[in-house]
Amino acid sequence: MSETKLKPQHLASIPGPDDITRVELENGVVVLARHNPHSLSVTLHGYLQVGSLFDPNEKLGLADFTASALMRGTQRRDFQAIYDSLESIGASLGFDGGTHTTSFGGRSLAEDLELLLELLAETLQKPSFPKGQVKKLRAQLLTSLALRAQDTHNMAALIFDEMVYRDHPYARAEEGHPETINAIGVGDLIAFHQAHYGPAGMVIAIAGGVEPREAVERVRAVLEGWNNPQQPTPPDLPEWEPLPEKVYRRVEIPGKSQSDVIIGTAGPPRSAADYIPAAVGNNIFGKFGLMGRIGDVVREQAGLAYYAYSGLGGGIGPGPWTVEAGVNPANEERAADLIFAEIRRFVDEPVTKDELSDSQSNLIGSMPLSLESNGGVARALLNMERYSLGLDYYRRYPDLVGAVSRDAIRAAAAHYLDPERLAVAVAGPERKGT
Amino acid sequence: MEFSRTTLSNGLQVLLKEIHTAPIISHWLWLRVGSRDETPGITGISHWVEHMQFKGTPTFPAGQLDKDISRDGGFWNAMTYIDWTTYFETVPADKIDLALRLEADRLNNSVFEPEEVASERTVIISERQGNENHPLFLLDENVQAAAFDAHPYRHEVIGEMADLESMTRDDLYKHYRSFYLPNNAVLALAGDFDSEKMLARIRALFEPIPAGEVPRRVAQEEAPLSEERQVLTKGPGETVFVKVTYRAPRAAEADFFALSVVDSLLAGPSNLNLFGGGISNKTSRLYRRLVEKELAVGVSGGLQATIDPFLYAITITVHPERKAEDVVGPLDEEIARIQNSPPKPEELARAVKQAEALFAYGSESITNQAFWLGFAEMFDNYDWFLNYLDRLRAVAPEDVQSAAQRYLQPEQRVLGVYQPEGAAA
Repeated sequence: MSETKLKPQHLASIPGPDDITRVELENGVVVLARHNPHSLSVTLHGYLQVGSLFDPNEKLGLADFTASALMRGTQRRDFQAIYDSLESIGASLGFDGGTHTTSFGGRSLAEDLELLLELLAETLQKPSFPKGQVKKLRAQLLTSLALRAQDTHNMAALIFDEMVYRDHPYARAEEGHPETINAIGVGDLIAFHQAHYGPAGMVIAIAGGVEPREAVERVRAVLEGWNNPQQPTPPDLPEWEPLPEKVYRRVEIPGKSQSDVIIGTAGPPRSAADYIPAAVGNNIFGKFGLMGRIGDVVREQAGLAYYAYSGLGGGIGPGPWTVEAGVNPANEERAADLIFAEIRRFVDEPVTKDELSDSQSNLIGSMPLSLESNGGVARALLNMERYSLGLDYYRRYPDLVGAVSRDAIRAAAAHYLDPERLAVAVAGPERKGT
Repeated sequence: MEFSRTTLSNGLQVLLKEIHTAPIISHWLWLRVGSRDETPGITGISHWVEHMQFKGTPTFPAGQLDKDISRDGGFWNAMTYIDWTTYFETVPADKIDLALRLEADRLNNSVFEPEEVASERTVIISERQGNENHPLFLLDENVQAAAFDAHPYRHEVIGEMADLESMTRDDLYKHYRSFYLPNNAVLALAGDFDSEKMLARIRALFEPIPAGEVPRRVAQEEAPLSEERQVLTKGPGETVFVKVTYRAPRAAEADFFALSVVDSLLAGPSNLNLFGGGISNKTSRLYRRLVEKELAVGVSGGLQATIDPFLYAITITVHPERKAEDVVGPLDEEIARIQNSPPKPEELARAVKQAEALFAYGSESITNQAFWLGFAEMFDNYDWFLNYLDRLRAVAPEDVQSAAQRYLQPEQRVLGVYQPEGAAA
């Protein structure tokens, strides 16, 4: 039987305003913290307001390269010294460039939070971008790009973004391309860091075996003095124009055994009024159980794929809404036909009452499980902050999901998914003669 | 934290660990069957049987059981390995009964309908083809085949394509009936329950399932190689990979811990947790020797906890401006260094500290804690996990040195290279 209410013992374990601490420092850094008294370790996650939106086309990948280069040396410590500090205590810290933001994450035993934060603050504020290390990092980035070019899933996603987003910034690959990475020098990294890195809009969430007050004070101690008067406000996104018609593109990667197919378009941003109905609908469509309706049709019934599912990007802007499958190259068209038929069904007919209550039950019931670990909690805190959902969001989540109707799902599906205006991106081996 | 171990009258081993930090229970059923129980002609059969376990019993028809667990807010998965197969569900504590009924039911009552077998054949072939898209899978498969002459560890869990195309429904069903027995299984639960009540419910559901005769496991320990074997795998791309494997001690041997320290020093700390993530290895000896010196762009080491001696593997992603042979000499020099001089006590203390941190991270998740209950029983017993850190602490510098000497002999290894057709030779 489906349930759309959480039992009291589950609701009590969900983070909320009474056990989340939120403090905004004077320089704009927002600190979120929640205590897990049972945990011996502590996890931090966060982001800064700098991403590939700031990259010039000819140096695409600059934000990502800069993020990766922060840990390569600071004014105080060289590369080995930074990693020795971390690895000697079994701790981890890393940065990852994205489109709107650069994110960071770290973990340590609870007693080592101070060191972790010290390293975070030092790499953010005083990176030295040593020439020799940047050269090594470049080789690693170029190797990743070489591997990307060989990966059918990555290449299908790359051409999908180009087709769907066209002139919109989301068309660009945030890790760049070999020619753009080669165009970036140490001077570019230094200049990019100086111009764009700053505390305004930075968020850090800490969850684990550390009292929130202590966590906040430790962050304050290392980050409160940081300022960058130059720091720009994030650029506005242009409007995304829907596709005028269905588009298809295939990239050939010789020697592969399997093709990846991605079909879809731009979906709702997180802030859209119909985001939650779209998310519940997407759960029915391509996630629930063994990959929802899509998994049922493409894998279970037709046996065409080991994986076939749908994903809803959400995000600050109109992230992608996709169906993705890995199939034998001989079955690319057949898989695409089945997927299109399912998209039409999803758009034309309301989901059934049972499908709706099943997915609601799944989303509500699984929420406490995803909040069990320190990392899960830290990510949830960031989610609430990034999209201004409110500190009580996860306590309200059962009601929000429970309120979604079959009509609202169909309206959301129809709003975003027009089967005549979707992109089909395929990456696979050479075609044999037909 | 209460822990109990019981064996039912039909031979099913039951391990229960109460954890009351969150209203969650994680439930794992382990079967002592994996690719090590497979002979040529039926490679991949254990993995396929795992797939078929989702294809229906009379009580839980195909397509229903995964929906039932999902509806209850649970998450689930299953895995086949060289030594074992496991099925787990992590669910809100008040929903545990479904998982118990489900696992008790499909331990004995899976139907293996011919149409479902046929449909799943193409799914598994698709899974294998997805793997083949990745150069490291191709290299791994060839290296593993060269590392063993007869032991079933020589083939991949996914199986050979020819076998996937030819195995029959009756082959699969026979494999299931032979190995899926309560006296060949371990049931492990961790989470928010009362052990007495849980055990009573487990008895009611599982004890009626009859024990059976477990087949003799075909695998025999195999002597190490007597001379180095080289494997060259060619394929698409630009990136060169080198994979070197040495025969490793079985997990139940004392040497395993010494070799684990060797691995930590060479390539960064080993992480046996299934959930929880690892840490970086940039201060490890091989990273400094190969990556910092721009011979490679990445290096990793892997030691696995297995029933029979398996492989200690070092995988290197060669720098775009270098060749495979550029990394082998320096790799050998680092191995000789650890063989010729014992590490300093501080280095060992560091390896222990890293392991402590990794275990702390792993303990955040009830699912990971439940995982360890049954996993350790597959190759030893749960005490192996409980004593892990103590055994690591007991490793002395001379033990590290002698483990490196005993296991990392060049004539006993396989040296594999993935040579892309696009790159310069």
